[in-house]
Amino acid sequence: MPVTGDVTLSASRRRLAVEALAIGSSAVAFGFVYGLAAREAGLSVIEASAMSVFAFAGAAQFAAVGYVAGGLAWPGIILLTALVNARHLLYSAALAPWLRTTPRPRRALMAHLLTDESFALTIAHFERLGRSDERGYWIAAIASTFIPWNLATIAGVTVGAQITDPARLGLDVVFPAAMTGLAVGLVTGRRELVAALGGAILGVAAGLLAGPGVGVVVGGLGGPLLGMAVPRSGADDAAALGTPASAERYAMPASHLVEQLAQNREHRSASQAADEEAPG
Amino acid sequence: MSVELVGLALLMGLVTYPSRALPMLVPGIDRLPTAALDYLRLVGPAVLASLAAVNVMVTASPSDGTPAFHIGIEWAAVAMCGALTAWRRNLLLGLIGAVALVAIARAAGVAALLI
Repeated sequence: MPVTGDVTLSASRRRLAVEALAIGSSAVAFGFVYGLAAREAGLSVIEASAMSVFAFAGAAQFAAVGYVAGGLAWPGIILLTALVNARHLLYSAALAPWLRTTPRPRRALMAHLLTDESFALTIAHFERLGRSDERGYWIAAIASTFIPWNLATIAGVTVGAQITDPARLGLDVVFPAAMTGLAVGLVTGRRELVAALGGAILGVAAGLLAGPGVGVVVGGLGGPLLGMAVPRSGADDAAALGTPASAERYAMPASHLVEQLAQNREHRSASQAADEEAPG
Repeated sequence: MSVELVGLALLMGLVTYPSRALPMLVPGIDRLPTAALDYLRLVGPAVLASLAAVNVMVTASPSDGTPAFHIGIEWAAVAMCGALTAWRRNLLLGLIGAVALVAIARAAGVAALLI
């Protein structure tokens, strides 16, 4: 476990709060767009909100409303949700060493609130401190993501109901565009690129043969196999879990924030080194 | 108001929870074989790209549901979103660009030439 420990708890929490504010605004925007997409797919405000509360996973929720609109059967939707969200295994594994002393029932609750954003914020906060901070986790998970995401979902569905012709405003393209943007955020090397392109090509080919629902499943399951055929590039696969590099690798869509955190950290280290070397 | 999909939402939460909780609650469970971890890492980009591509390139006939290849302004919008997101590391900006492109193209009557 990396130990920094050069920042006080209150200073790190202040920084976390500022970062949480940025992430929170992003969650509001995306939650709103998700609400619009859910409304487009025919979900009621209760159904859209239920997904935001129980699944609480942006990419999977966007995907699910697309599956629902495409008429994919529930088992297919559930399978794909499990696969899209399997990356949380990596986040959870990265946080596990930090939360070892937290009582198990609280860890069980914390787990439900683990998202790309809360992971990115929390791991950076823990690293700054050199230890865990449960309250920091709740700030990252609830204040920056859960509350904004859920309120914005309701707003998106409600406002969406007032728009009579979403296609005229280009809102029908929100879903595929969001999927593309999220995929781009996850492409960090050749393997991911091949998996994404392979998934798209397989998905379209299978979709033309057997229908859009089947196409998505075939692309989603077959793309990773094509990606795995590409040799590892080494450096970009070597980021250890729990490090800023791994946070950057898996975080979306707030990855720019994690990158900024890493740059700030480097800048601080360089300044400290310069101060130590300075005469007198 | 429909509540039919609340059950689906619950099931989505149920299948997501183990990925979030197991490594935190059961030490050592995260030590999956490398191949399994590699596969899991690649599922995200593959599923999302597949969803986007099928959504803009495959349409089902309203009469009998037969799939057909579709070419339209949506391709350009999706490409613009991907490019803007990659360039600025900002998905929201990409979405705004994509929506604006489609809205302008449709208002100008250009999108209809492509569909």
